[in-house]
Amino acid sequence: MRTILFLLQKEFIQIFRNKTMLPIIFIMPLVQMLVLVFAANLEMKNIKMKLVDFDNTATSQEIVSKFKASPFYNIIGYSYSVEEAQNSLIDNSADLVMVIPPNLEQDILNGQSPKVQLLIDAINGMTAGLINSYSSMIMLDVNKDIAIELMKFSANQQLKQISIKQRFWYNSGLNYKHYMVPGIIVILVTIIGMFLTALNIVSEKEFGTIEQINVTPIRKYQFILGKLIPFLLVGLFDFALGLFIGKLLFGVPIRGSLFLLFSFAFLYLVLVLGIGLLLSIISDTQQQVMFLTFFITLVFVLMSGLFTPIETMPLWAQRVNIINPFAYFMKVNRMILLKGSGFFDLIREFLYIGIYGIISIVVAIRLYRKTS
Amino acid sequence: MVDKYQNSIIKVRGLTKRFGKFTAVDNLNFDVSQSEIFGFLGANGAGKTTAIKILCGLSSPSEGNAEVAGFDVYKQTENIKKNIGYMSQSFSLYEDMTIVENIRFYGGIYGMPLTLLKERTNHMLNRLKMTEYANKLIKEIPLGWKQKLAFSVATLHRPKIVFLDEPTGGVDPITRRQFWDLIYEAIDIGITVFVTTHYMDEAEYCHRVSIMVDGKIAALDTPDNLKQQYNAKSMNEVFLQLARKK
Repeated sequence: MRTILFLLQKEFIQIFRNKTMLPIIFIMPLVQMLVLVFAANLEMKNIKMKLVDFDNTATSQEIVSKFKASPFYNIIGYSYSVEEAQNSLIDNSADLVMVIPPNLEQDILNGQSPKVQLLIDAINGMTAGLINSYSSMIMLDVNKDIAIELMKFSANQQLKQISIKQRFWYNSGLNYKHYMVPGIIVILVTIIGMFLTALNIVSEKEFGTIEQINVTPIRKYQFILGKLIPFLLVGLFDFALGLFIGKLLFGVPIRGSLFLLFSFAFLYLVLVLGIGLLLSIISDTQQQVMFLTFFITLVFVLMSGLFTPIETMPLWAQRVNIINPFAYFMKVNRMILLKGSGFFDLIREFLYIGIYGIISIVVAIRLYRKTS
Repeated sequence: MVDKYQNSIIKVRGLTKRFGKFTAVDNLNFDVSQSEIFGFLGANGAGKTTAIKILCGLSSPSEGNAEVAGFDVYKQTENIKKNIGYMSQSFSLYEDMTIVENIRFYGGIYGMPLTLLKERTNHMLNRLKMTEYANKLIKEIPLGWKQKLAFSVATLHRPKIVFLDEPTGGVDPITRRQFWDLIYEAIDIGITVFVTTHYMDEAEYCHRVSIMVDGKIAALDTPDNLKQQYNAKSMNEVFLQLARKK
């Protein structure tokens, strides 16, 4: 126990004296939360569209259904007043208003080219440009279909529509940031935990100090605990910092129990630090370990459901996610924060991450050799 | 017949270490007695570092037996580690920690009581004339200082044996001389010194010297006897004769 205290003292002296590590611990969470939450914003997927259909015919319905079928559009409402629809642009409830003129179908059948109007909120030029090009593509498609249809003959089928009213639970405003923040926090905590642990041990290898440690009577478990505890604390600190920023800047709700959340974060960090430890044991240089860590985090992040829901991934990918720690923490973080889930909803996640954590630490202690 | 080495603190019998087909250390046999300065000489790549790593419990032998401070190098490496000090070529102090922090850390992990640790730290800093630099980072002090400090840290817990692996690489003769003063002080308090070097002038300071050539011990005796035996004026000549033989 005393040995561990001396090891901890040494680690903290080094952490607080290290000019690259301190900014990583204190500044990186801020930057990541500020930059990534906005940058990783995929709200393009969710273009809020208001529809003013003066025509209301099979053809106009077809145009509408094309937009509906696209994953990028979300039709938020219908109106029969252009002015009212424009108001929803003003109050930001819509990004796009489509006005289908009266007699559209009739005009087409008469060989005229009626004009559909798209009003795009261009406060964000980037977004407006994207909406414009997406929409133009869909309209092109519509034109092609109409042309084909006309060449055959005009069919007088009336499409019957079932209207679906949607309500979004747990994130009723479809606030993308509320969805992203818990995910970004997971990445933040993982990167800090895994990279710092792995780099720290490998740098001891590079300086040769690990050899000196290996000739002392320090036990393996003492050495490993001495390395894990500081970075576990740093990880928990950054997790708290991330949550704080999320709450303060983005108003992310914390509906569930903080204790439950931190308990999971603790288990998760044990696992992540264990992985970092394993990587550092099999690497000899900082470059090697950086590359390995980067590779693993990249694969896991992309598969974790940060950007795309796991449910839409192919089955094999969903299976791979059984071992993806990111996926678990991301899910748990979102469920506790946004949904207020309790322990019994998350037993499976607690169990898996707990077991993986124990495995990673045991394997790390086994693999770490004081002798060669 | 009485084994004249029964009191030896290091016993090595037929020690061999192979890496694949390459035999780095080939059938070593020797004994070191307490308070002896045992020089372990050889050209680069002769197998010195491999042998010293086995004796420190950092590496296990392929064949043969060895006992260090009465403990077996196969099974009792953790006991060996409690009884030895080790200083390698890279002298392994933490560059981003101060002199006094390094001393406290290494003393602490050898389980030294705090009062004793404090007492020895003060004594040591006085002896090395580094008291006013106690709070300097290791990376800010000169190489010669680091080496003297690393040696003092390696003997802080009063081990039975201290292993020095080319401890004086890259420093001037005066600093080397000062370093050897520290070694003599260590044997005065009963520490055994096992030192590898390729400075032949340092070989003259040892009580006994073994010279390794290609993983084998080619000669082992006191410096005087060796010089007589090879009809040489200095250890350097002895070494060259042995190294050229192959």
